Amino acid sequence: MDADLIVQILFAAIKTGTPLLLIALGEVICEKSGVLNLGQEGMMLMGAVVGFIAAYATGNAGLGVLGAMLMGSFMSLIFAVLVLQLGANQVATGLALTIFGTGLSAFVGSDFVGNTVQGFQPIAIPVLSSIPYLGDILFKHDILVYLSFVLAVVIAYVANKTRVGLVLKAVGENPHAANAIGIKVLQVRYLAILFGGAMTGLAGAYMSLVYTPMWAENMTAGRGWIALALVVFASWRVGRIMLGAYLFGFASIMHLVLQGLGVNISSNLLAMMPYVATVIVMVIISADQFKEKLLAPRSLGKPFDPRNMA
Amino acid sequence: MKLKSLLVGLGLMAGVSLAHAEEPFKVGFVYVGPIGDLGWSYEHDRGREEMQKYFGDKVKTTFVENVAEGADAQRVITQLAKAGNQVIFTTSFGFMNPTVKVAKRFPNVVFEHATGYKRAKNLGTYTLRTYEGRYVSGVTAGLLTKTNTIGYIGAFPIPEVIRDIDATYMGAKSVNPDVKLKIVWANTWYDPGKETDAANALMDQGVDVLIQHTDSPAPLIAAQKRGIRAIGQASDMSKFAPKAHVFSVRDNWAPYYIKTVQQVMDGTWKSQDFWGGLHDDMLQLTSINPNLPADVRAKIDATYQGVKSGTIQPFKGPITDNTGKIVVPAGHTLTDKELAKVNWYVDGITDKVPN
Repeated sequence: MDADLIVQILFAAIKTGTPLLLIALGEVICEKSGVLNLGQEGMMLMGAVVGFIAAYATGNAGLGVLGAMLMGSFMSLIFAVLVLQLGANQVATGLALTIFGTGLSAFVGSDFVGNTVQGFQPIAIPVLSSIPYLGDILFKHDILVYLSFVLAVVIAYVANKTRVGLVLKAVGENPHAANAIGIKVLQVRYLAILFGGAMTGLAGAYMSLVYTPMWAENMTAGRGWIALALVVFASWRVGRIMLGAYLFGFASIMHLVLQGLGVNISSNLLAMMPYVATVIVMVIISADQFKEKLLAPRSLGKPFDPRNMA
Repeated sequence: MKLKSLLVGLGLMAGVSLAHAEEPFKVGFVYVGPIGDLGWSYEHDRGREEMQKYFGDKVKTTFVENVAEGADAQRVITQLAKAGNQVIFTTSFGFMNPTVKVAKRFPNVVFEHATGYKRAKNLGTYTLRTYEGRYVSGVTAGLLTKTNTIGYIGAFPIPEVIRDIDATYMGAKSVNPDVKLKIVWANTWYDPGKETDAANALMDQGVDVLIQHTDSPAPLIAAQKRGIRAIGQASDMSKFAPKAHVFSVRDNWAPYYIKTVQQVMDGTWKSQDFWGGLHDDMLQLTSINPNLPADVRAKIDATYQGVKSGTIQPFKGPITDNTGKIVVPAGHTLTDKELAKVNWYVDGITDKVPN
């Protein structure tokens, strides 16, 4: 394996990991506030189809991205009203959202199948892209990949170093205590869910405008679910999410690359590596009761009703 | 397209109670994917539409798309049979056992199962000689490649795909003795993202002509981005990559659907195993790119005519597999039954068939 090939593999790993990264960044904020949204796949498909249609109709990929993010937020708003306002079960509602989004996106997009759009072109960043190896791996992507770099840093900063991050944490760990000190728990959760939806919509736009500039039914093929696993894999830490996303990307690229090189390992075995990694991490986390409690937001998945104080 | 499936389902239930003696001849179709897949199911549906057009009011067709292989399929096929369909086409390999079971319960309905091998008195099978199209693709790729490396994106290592890989390589080698074939299994028939990854992985390793045995146009789009060539699968994929596209090998099911429905109407239908290819116009080379060099274009036409007329037989012996075993003796050409069981790579493919 020569250096060029390794560079190309790492370049591809980042591209493949980007949609996972975007979803997981949104979902981790949502989960930090104590809400588990399993509707990622449905929101992502709706984002992908609306992003594609908007870009196709206007000829402007930027508007496509905007449309996808709005659509993602709108989908998550439906979820938010159900689980926050009406106290519906988060797991069931999230699953329903996925099924709903899968069907609706196919219905909405059926007239647009077979069209193509001009997506985003790669932009080599001056100076940085001429760094040997690193420049080729990191700085010759399209604008959405760069945006994901920036978002990861901003989200890590906000979550760990700011008051907003603390409020989010308080709401996710102990909503009753947060409520008692005057934090509007439901409001925080609404915002967290909407943010998650927008990020997932963005990931959908990445799929239909950059990764494979086309719309096809169910084109996300389960990436929303992988991203959900990724949040657990990363034990709710933004830095690890980034690492994990590229690791997932790397594993799914490697199983294709190795085959081409004639390495004789079952491709099924290689394809399942990312999932095995997730299971291992989950086992490690849950083996230690104390650690598990430290890592997962404590009120994750539990509804909060401000009128019904314990 | 869940909503449409639901509507069709409701329609079927209504159909049961409204059955009359003097209504059009009813034909049902079951698709594994969405019609919008632009590949396998899409072409079956175009076949249905053309057949409908051919018969006009005499025939009423119903289709159910996105049907999961397994228990769900059995329910859908049963509903179609109950709704009074006289011929039912089930168009995916995984519908085999459900079709066999339902066929037993409805002896007066004719069932036709695509790509399967189980038949009964009222159950026939039909498939395509996709290897013929692959041979032409191989010849073309062998001429076009400058790196002498052709990439093949496979879905699953089943006989149909293995056979097509062999035909591709034999075609390529017949015009380019130094050609190498790199194979990557995507483990999916349809995942645009994964297919893109597979295409990129192959291109990173020096492949400059891509052949795909998966259904989405994603590999073509990836090929166009990197400025190499690719051949479309199942349907005309030229518009996705006008520069990269060489030609598409299109599945054309209409002739078979028209013929079969006519036979059942006339009472002359008999259960058989039908293989359609270039000769029957059930495989077509579509949208051959005008930007190809003239000599390549001429060779494509000649190979197409040769395979179509039978003067070129890809699986004519002697053929040795890549372990040195003689798999087709001299003077023998594989029969359809033997073609259905190909599980070896021809000599020269430096890879192993996954088990």
